[in-house]
Amino acid sequence: MKTPRYLGALMTVTLIASACGSDSKSSGGDALKSIGTGEKALNLIVWAGYAEDGTNDPAYDWVHPFETQTGCIVKSTTAATSDEMFQLMSNGGYDGVSASGDSSVRLIDAGLVAPVNTGLIKNYGDLSPFLKDQHYNSSGGKNYGIPHGWGANYLMWRSDIVSTPPDSWSVVFDKASPYAGKITAYDAPIYIADAALYLKSSQPDLGIDDPYSLNQKQFDASVALLKDQHAVIGEYWNDYLKAAGAFEQGSTVLGTTWQVIKNTAELAGTTTLKTVLPKEGATGWSDTWMISSKAAHPNCMYMWMDYITSPKVQAQVAYYFGEAPANAKACAEIASQFQDTTHCDVFKATDDSFAKSISFWATPRKKCLNGKGSDCVPFVDWIKAWTEIKG
Amino acid sequence: MSATTLPSKPERGSSGWLHRHPRARLVSLIGAPAAWMLVLYVGSLASLFLTSLYRLNEDGSGIDKVIGAQNYRTLIDKSVYLDIAVRTIKIAVLVTLLDVVLALPIAFFIAKVAGRRWRKLLVAAVLVPLWASYLVKAFSWRAIIGSPGGVLEKTFGASPNYGEVGLIIVLAYLWLPYMIVPIYSGLERLPDSLLDASSDLGAHFGFTFRKVVLPLLWPSIVAGSVFTFSLSLGDYIAVDLVGGKTQVIGSVVFDNFSADLPFAAAFAVVPVMVMVAYILGIRRTGALENL
Repeated sequence: MKTPRYLGALMTVTLIASACGSDSKSSGGDALKSIGTGEKALNLIVWAGYAEDGTNDPAYDWVHPFETQTGCIVKSTTAATSDEMFQLMSNGGYDGVSASGDSSVRLIDAGLVAPVNTGLIKNYGDLSPFLKDQHYNSSGGKNYGIPHGWGANYLMWRSDIVSTPPDSWSVVFDKASPYAGKITAYDAPIYIADAALYLKSSQPDLGIDDPYSLNQKQFDASVALLKDQHAVIGEYWNDYLKAAGAFEQGSTVLGTTWQVIKNTAELAGTTTLKTVLPKEGATGWSDTWMISSKAAHPNCMYMWMDYITSPKVQAQVAYYFGEAPANAKACAEIASQFQDTTHCDVFKATDDSFAKSISFWATPRKKCLNGKGSDCVPFVDWIKAWTEIKG
Repeated sequence: MSATTLPSKPERGSSGWLHRHPRARLVSLIGAPAAWMLVLYVGSLASLFLTSLYRLNEDGSGIDKVIGAQNYRTLIDKSVYLDIAVRTIKIAVLVTLLDVVLALPIAFFIAKVAGRRWRKLLVAAVLVPLWASYLVKAFSWRAIIGSPGGVLEKTFGASPNYGEVGLIIVLAYLWLPYMIVPIYSGLERLPDSLLDASSDLGAHFGFTFRKVVLPLLWPSIVAGSVFTFSLSLGDYIAVDLVGGKTQVIGSVVFDNFSADLPFAAAFAVVPVMVMVAYILGIRRTGALENL
């Protein structure tokens, strides 16, 4: 008798995961007072493209110079989703993580990351102020990370197919859309916030303040909107290359996107893509370098956080990955290193008012993130609702 | 006394020792594989089931190891999960049927029509796709069935596009060799003389097929279906690539895996139960001897 092969893999993972199930519940400890000598090693969890050592493209290597400079040998593990990052961090053994807002709050609440002494980071002063002290990277007046880079979730469309340039998210929630079946949406529970953001202005009587702090009524309204939207969705996307391919092909013509998807599709020869930040504003992501509360190599992690936010390295990461650098000084570096003077304009890296119109991803929790009460719908319910939305 | 009955020289070294200790012989033969089976198969199944009875703690940051059936209650209470389970089983059944329909003529041709020299070549040709990575094949199908601009649409002017129909076609393609091989070996064991006798007695091919070939081949078909059915039941990657917005059990398990492990485990128990029922159901057909 043969057992289905996937079960073996699935169960092994379950076995490991349950053996390591996080039941720790600490405060995350204290921040480092000063940076000592490096521990000669550094274990990171990163988004693909955040710790390049020249393997993918010899022109992009900022890991080896760091190793030469500090003696800290970097071992990086790439995670595909925020959930995976959280899982890896709770398994332990890592010094730091480049967390997005939909895992950073969970990491702080679970005591898996420690406060960061920003005074030890030389480049901290140069980082864009609108990224600091946000509810996705600080808690209780303490900083839990160093901003790395950010981007908005734009509305994108194929101008050769969609005749009227949209200026509102209403086009992706239109049940009678002429583009039904060719509309896309981001495939993650956090996308519920996009619906909430739209309802914030289209149905003001719901009283939505922050799309990540929703009471049950506001949450239900957002979920209902997305259930209606399901009828016009062709496919949801979670992989940016898949999304770029769908827009190139034309199987998707309208929907939420990242700047890097537009760039990828344009590199492949699609010239009719347009993006807009709709009048309701948009959601977005802002990544944060966080240090594990049980880091075995804290000094190396601080060195890394300082190194990765320096203008020169920020320029390389932001240019390679396709995002707005947190350090505005990187813009001049991009211009001189890559002869590209438009990068920071394209990504609106220094546009304060643009950044303020973005609701950056944050993990919803029972104790409302906006500080208004403690009856907000927690993230677990968002995940369950997302399954129901997709039916 | 034994010295007189056994032929000549006493055995030395490890083989001699093993000969005198039958129990040690057994342990050294199957000890490691048995431990492997026990830990990785039975152990992980037990762990899966146990985890499915736990629950997430209040703020969702960890797991409370308290036994309870609340995850299963959620699965029953919310109709969406039943819909997803039924859809997954439906897809697996359709993929299996499609594979049977495709595999029967192919296997028959290879086993009974093709010449001896061709036969080996054709069997190899059926197996070659298994050498290519599953991901490469699934991604290629994205380019084939996409609409507009996919290969199918360019060639025939129509394409199923990403969705359930496309998914069934892709899964049927992916698992087809697993159906052809058991049917082929079943046909090989089927004596040609039976077919000759049937036609000598005046039966059409269709009649011969229904009354002679199919009953003898039935265990092989069921054996192949165990593969195609179980592989389809567990897939979620092809679903993600070509299934459009289709959700199956695997995708829900994947979505919940890191945020709510106990719930993901509970839903993962469902396909295990389905497979157990399936295998118990086919035990009588003799298909299990054909695996």
